Amino acid sequence: MMPIQKKLILTETKLFLREPAAVFFVVVLPAALLLVLGASIPGFRDADPSLGGERVIDTQLPGMMVLLSIVTLALSSLPSTLVAYREKGVLRRMSTTPIRPTALLVAQIAISAVVAVLSTALTLTLGHLVLGVPVPRQLAAFAGVLVLGAVAMFSIGLWLAAVAPNTRVVQGAGAVVMFPLLFLGGMWLPRDLMPSALRVVSDFTPTGAFGQVLRDTMAGHAPGLPHLAVLAGWALIAGIAAARMFRWE
Amino acid sequence: MAIISVHNLRKTYGEKVAVDDVSFAVEEGEIFGIVGRNGAGKTTTVECVAGLRTPSSGVVEFGAGLTDVKEQIGVQLQDCSLPDKLRVGEALDLYASFYSRPADWRSLLGEVGLDPGTAFSALSGGQRQRLSIALALVGNPRVAILDELTTGLDPQARRDIWKLISRIREMGVTVLLVTHFMEEVERLCDRVAVISSGRVLAMDSPEGLIARAGGRQRIVFRSTAPVDALRALPEVTSVSRDGDEVVVTGTGDLVAAVVGALPSGQLAGLRTERTTFDDAFLALTGHAAE
Repeated sequence: MMPIQKKLILTETKLFLREPAAVFFVVVLPAALLLVLGASIPGFRDADPSLGGERVIDTQLPGMMVLLSIVTLALSSLPSTLVAYREKGVLRRMSTTPIRPTALLVAQIAISAVVAVLSTALTLTLGHLVLGVPVPRQLAAFAGVLVLGAVAMFSIGLWLAAVAPNTRVVQGAGAVVMFPLLFLGGMWLPRDLMPSALRVVSDFTPTGAFGQVLRDTMAGHAPGLPHLAVLAGWALIAGIAAARMFRWE
Repeated sequence: MAIISVHNLRKTYGEKVAVDDVSFAVEEGEIFGIVGRNGAGKTTTVECVAGLRTPSSGVVEFGAGLTDVKEQIGVQLQDCSLPDKLRVGEALDLYASFYSRPADWRSLLGEVGLDPGTAFSALSGGQRQRLSIALALVGNPRVAILDELTTGLDPQARRDIWKLISRIREMGVTVLLVTHFMEEVERLCDRVAVISSGRVLAMDSPEGLIARAGGRQRIVFRSTAPVDALRALPEVTSVSRDGDEVVVTGTGDLVAAVVGALPSGQLAGLRTERTTFDDAFLALTGHAAE
């Protein structure tokens, strides 16, 4: 079983790297945005009273870039690939071999997970070296919430892949879901500045909760239990829905 | 013993009956055709054989040492493509890794005449089908199931695929071929089952089915002389005339008999027409194939 999976993962990795758009939006863009915005926008490197005295480049901007990378992977890259595989009969062809098409699903999720970790590491390392973005103070907790948040987002992406009938729909739906979720996650308006009603809505979204616990652990605070519960809830609901509704053809 | 025996296979989807009652047996080493119009139940039948669908009732049995369907049956289905950027060599290498005793994919590559570095999206229709055949063979199967391989291909590409299928049989692989091309059946199949509305209408060699459909020859020529005398010939079954054109049907050495019976110089523009599998199919099902 293991060597087979290895070759499948290797092949799927090559295919991922051959999609320049995916690599750009998931890996290059978040890191580049952090560096360019962090270096060029006046005030991003100064203590900001509206963020409780933090600098924008401390947790808000890098946290949002990590969120951007994982949300793009989970809601755009992963479901588009899986729906295209179903639409083109790649999964059906695989089901005629001794390998179950589940192996392809596992390979895709594994690659997405590795890319999420690498992209996060690249963004934070470059941010640290170029702009002096602090290393997450609660590194273990940061890693933990990264995993939980990624699981929640990937589950939603898989759910999307399960219900979308074709690639056009999955790409359209991915975009329609992604932008409000990024907004509620605090991408354009930091959660600190949201009107309280909006922030309550944000608290219950996967991106709002994810963005907050990323920033919490980067700043050295313990992640808030309610936010962790929201993430776990989304992971559970979307994961079960995806598993029940996923079709191979 | 047959390598595949299908007994009273039935597959329904709710109210819809895809396969009503199908039985046939495939002998080891032959090319067995399943022929019928679109929607006749051919694909569902072979999907049940390949273990991709569970029959509603009926049994599929395997013999001759065929014990593991997924390992030992190679399948090429309709509308199954590959990721656009996957290269031919990578696809074969990957699919070879799925099987416990794969064939050497590099020699298969030579057999199907493809360049390992070509991306799937850059392959022509015929090349994609050749790759599909190679993928169906990469596990070193006992049986290859090939579903509508030549649909949509140009005549040259179709002939290339036919050559390849003949090669597969020479390699000792039994072939179960699904098609709605009558010419393909005549050229390739040792035996064929004609399926219509989910039932087997007839099963025989293509020649046998042609013979059943009449097996008659038909000759057409122009003549101004009286031709009534031809009716007396033992080879002749019917004679009809429309102005100068005479149509004679019959069996045996019909041409020699007719030519010998008419005075020389009384016959022009002679052509013979043979019953084809197309005619046989038409006679069996009451419909043209496509």
